[in-house]
Amino acid sequence: MSAVATRAEDRPIAAERAAAPRKRRRRGRKGGLLTVYFWLMMIYTVVPIVFMIIYGFNRAPAERVTFAWQGFTLEWYKHLFDLSDLTAALITSLEIAVLSGLIATALGTPMALAMSRYRYRGRGATDLVVFTDIAAPSVVVGASLLSFFILLNIPRGFGTILITHVAFNIAFVVVTVRARLAGVDTSLEEAAQDLGATPWVTFWRVTLPLLMPGVISAFLLSFALSIDDFIITSFVNGQTLTFPLWIWGAVKVGIPPQVFVMGTLIFVGGVLIAVANVVASRRQRVQTIAVNAPTRVPREG
Amino acid sequence: MEQHVRSDHPVLSLGLRKRLAPYLLSFPGGLWLLVFFLVPLVAILSVSLQTGNPIKGYALTWHFSEYVDAVRTYHAQFVRSFIYGSISTVLSLVLMYPIAYWIAFYGGRHKSTYLLLVLLPFFVSFLIRTLAWQFILADQGIVLGTLKSWHFLPQSLHVLSTPYAVVAGLTYNELPFMALPIYVALEKIDPSVIEAAADLYANRTQRFLRVILPLSSAGVYAGILLIFVTNTGDYVSASLLGGPSTTMIGNIIQTQYLENSNYPMASALSTILMAAMLIGMYLYARTFGTRSIEEFV
Repeated sequence: MSAVATRAEDRPIAAERAAAPRKRRRRGRKGGLLTVYFWLMMIYTVVPIVFMIIYGFNRAPAERVTFAWQGFTLEWYKHLFDLSDLTAALITSLEIAVLSGLIATALGTPMALAMSRYRYRGRGATDLVVFTDIAAPSVVVGASLLSFFILLNIPRGFGTILITHVAFNIAFVVVTVRARLAGVDTSLEEAAQDLGATPWVTFWRVTLPLLMPGVISAFLLSFALSIDDFIITSFVNGQTLTFPLWIWGAVKVGIPPQVFVMGTLIFVGGVLIAVANVVASRRQRVQTIAVNAPTRVPREG
Repeated sequence: MEQHVRSDHPVLSLGLRKRLAPYLLSFPGGLWLLVFFLVPLVAILSVSLQTGNPIKGYALTWHFSEYVDAVRTYHAQFVRSFIYGSISTVLSLVLMYPIAYWIAFYGGRHKSTYLLLVLLPFFVSFLIRTLAWQFILADQGIVLGTLKSWHFLPQSLHVLSTPYAVVAGLTYNELPFMALPIYVALEKIDPSVIEAAADLYANRTQRFLRVILPLSSAGVYAGILLIFVTNTGDYVSASLLGGPSTTMIGNIIQTQYLENSNYPMASALSTILMAAMLIGMYLYARTFGTRSIEEFV
């Protein structure tokens, strides 16, 4: 049972608790209307997703997605990799997502550590840069990087896409890892140091393992942001095509159904990883609560 | 890229090491952000003040004429972008606040699962999502086509290529970004505060307006900022769902940069957009602090 849920159950106010049965019915009804709204919104939210999944199974004689339903087929799953340039674009996207995720996590995690564990000159400025990096409009970030690469005569391609993706992912890594650090008790690290561990050993044996869930979420977030980025990438790609850029190029001539199939597979993969993450964090929370009951509740999300 | 390996310095005293540690830790990442985020922002300012063409090259001439031209030619697109950005932001706030509220207060044991449901669209490439809407909202698509064939709607009715379609697309794309920060803010509220309000005879409405809403305001503002900035600069929804009359400033910047290679003009437009956003962000940071947004992303 999660601690958060316990908190939610504590919620009935004192007066309501006294008249529990009657009040509970009222509360239920109130929640009921909102509940209906929640599920209606969820239906609206999944409409395009369902469309994508279904139309990956539609027969399409012209090999383009059409609105008319022409019958069920698994053809596009069988010929998933037939369009070699689409496949190449997907592979490029995956490579950039993994590499930029790894580099950004490696660079951002120490930054998060510095920002949450030390007071130093320049911390405020770093904070502001991270904030701006997250909030800057994509089109400006893309345009400014393109200007920069043009000024320096750097040829655009895989390398510039990778550099760019790392640049926008670092900020998200810093934020994610820092959120995790806020929930990590420093007493364990202090204990390690008291027992004679060097800062280096303390970091690898105590801090990093405690941080690991945050680091993994940061990597996954980077991966997701990178693989879906279109606007910024469209400025710095040169001749290299990523998956979203390939789709953009295909819009005018029509979308091959393989695009929807790949979208579906990415979707299913992402959801599976997210579910695994939820299950793992729930299990961990139960352990944390069992070990040190009165400590602060780890934040969700 | 160069790799900066953090090494231990056994020669250094503990005190010095402790003082150096944060700099060593943030150096590689900070350098990356400096070179590939901050410097380019300055570079774009420089390009906007240059004159020349792609063949002969450019020279920095400090001509501000591009800015005058930019504002004169494209003020309509600027205004439109801000209007679309504002409407879609308000719409997503109105749509998602109840969702975040419901998950935070009625989610019970399954909060994570409901949150995941809200986040589902993020697992599909946003280009594919927008394309799907293009198919769904097409004149003879599943919604309009069906309603028209039943004569509920006139044949001449269009949704695509109208401002409604663009705003709907913008709103849809960023919904989870609104729900998440509000949820986090609501989740942090100490239930005893709400109990206290009830003990002081605040009714349901008062409890919401005077206690819950103010306490969740940081999340609301974070969502507003993120979505407004993203949507005002977007050009995908306007391209795929809109028409010639719905062009946004992002479309213009993209065309000027990538199709016309008119770098000074495109840079001037980007600089204006960035300046407007920076002023907004500065005011935001002054009012709410930068932490409030970072906590919620």
